Amino acid sequence: MQLQQMYQEIILDHYKNPHGRGLRDPYDAESFQVNPTCGDEVTLRVKLDGETVADVSYDGQGCSISQASTSVLTDLVIGKSVGEAFKKFDAFVELMQSRGTLEPDEDVLEDGIAFAGVSKYPARVKCALLGWMAFKDAVARSEGAKA
Amino acid sequence: MTTTATPLDVVALREDFPILARTVREGKRLVYLDSGATSQRPTQVLDAERRFLETSNAAVHRGAHQLAEEATDAYESARARIADFIGATPDELVFTKNATEGVNLVAYAMGNAATAGPEAARFLVGPGDEILITEMEHHANLVPWQQLCLRTGATLRWFGVTDEGRLDLSTLDELVTPRTKVIAFTHQSNVLGTVNPVAELVAAARRVGALTVLDACQSVPHSKVDFHALGVDFAVFSGHKMLAPSGIGVLYGRRELLEALPPFLTGGSMIEMVHMAKSTFAPPPQRFEAGVPMTSQAIGLGAAVDYLSAVGMDRVAAHEHLLTEAALAGLGEIRGVRIIGPTSAVDRGGAVSFDIEGVHAHDAGQVLDSLGIAVRVGHHCAWPLHRRLGVQASVRASFYLYNDLDEVTALLDGVREAQRFFGAG
Repeated sequence: MQLQQMYQEIILDHYKNPHGRGLRDPYDAESFQVNPTCGDEVTLRVKLDGETVADVSYDGQGCSISQASTSVLTDLVIGKSVGEAFKKFDAFVELMQSRGTLEPDEDVLEDGIAFAGVSKYPARVKCALLGWMAFKDAVARSEGAKA
Repeated sequence: MTTTATPLDVVALREDFPILARTVREGKRLVYLDSGATSQRPTQVLDAERRFLETSNAAVHRGAHQLAEEATDAYESARARIADFIGATPDELVFTKNATEGVNLVAYAMGNAATAGPEAARFLVGPGDEILITEMEHHANLVPWQQLCLRTGATLRWFGVTDEGRLDLSTLDELVTPRTKVIAFTHQSNVLGTVNPVAELVAAARRVGALTVLDACQSVPHSKVDFHALGVDFAVFSGHKMLAPSGIGVLYGRRELLEALPPFLTGGSMIEMVHMAKSTFAPPPQRFEAGVPMTSQAIGLGAAVDYLSAVGMDRVAAHEHLLTEAALAGLGEIRGVRIIGPTSAVDRGGAVSFDIEGVHAHDAGQVLDSLGIAVRVGHHCAWPLHRRLGVQASVRASFYLYNDLDEVTALLDGVREAQRFFGAG
């Protein structure tokens, strides 16, 4: 059934038991993103340690998709290099824009592959990308602040 | 006179709406509960547009050939029938793109009063003046006033909303003062369903010489509305919410006000005389219809008004009242569901918004969609109102003449299914 395809167990698990949630110090930069159509919001902080993503913490209000995808994001990028994190970012964005036509690479996206079904619903793609856009913005701000 | 006692024959009526016969999401019967966002169009409206385009299409109010004459007649005939439908005269009715454009037209025209003649002095707003709105407004009747205040230095003030979702008029005497230049408010909230006390607000505005602007988007499609009887100065509504095409809306303005109001958009067909250095303007409504207007859409709105009149607006209202009562009662019985707005169907229209504890509105909407039920999710362009009532987003079911009680039941079952799916309730 369609609904289960979209709301994979992995997504519901992350929604009910989010990873990395709660804003933490120290951090280099913070990004606030909002989905103007529904009011979903996320505030996300990034701490870089040289070229490494030392920590990502966040708080937000939103649907299961936006909350779960941000939870997955923290699993994927914390401890990775900025370059690796952005490879995952690109892969996730590509998956979300695929309208269900892409076979995701589990080695790259791990739990993120569960969002393949969401990509069939254009109205929900923004939900899935909310936290990811905050991450991209926060990293850019961190690097900007250090430059 | 239609008899209020005769219920609608919804089965027969649905035959007029081909889209309602389609299925969605793997063969589910479409349950369309999103008419508050946009309504569906009957074949009568689609045929009227097509007939016009196949027989009489031309640019209206210019040209002297037969098609131009027929097109102008059709356009003006639509205006006259629509005016009659809302208790106005044809010269008080300006065609706009939609209601949003109507509010912007008034707000920008008022801003232009500073550079217009003395007849426009009553529209002047500036520092020390106040524009009064309400916390339950749709963004379309909120942001244009914020912008007018920014441009002119006037101050924006607003009525609050009670926890039940009614307008809080306890501050009326404090808020409505000689500084108040405009009171802009919704007739019927697109989120809460609340019907506001127009007479009381109009009387208050008159005491201090303020203009009233009524957002009638959710009232005109659903009940008999008479702008002369209501006594408002301006009112707006959109065609697409009342069985007509998108791209056509109406600004109503009392004749003496439209006559004194400076133009907003300028250009072709709104002029009287044009010289290289200056121009004079046509009387209303033409003064506010610059450029070749939307024509088949206006004809479509005329046909929609004919359709609604033939059905009878009192019957439409009675039918929706029945559905609203059933929805309020049914939702009220589901544990974990909070209705956003009055829980009784008194002074209340057929927009029923609610929050499901533990299920985000987007997720609830997705479950309903998988069952073929189309509802609106989010803040419904009323973000401050959601903030006031402590909900981030809500689910809204909105009814129209083609909905029936089975669809209310489908909604209630869908809500229970959403709770089950997300382990809530």
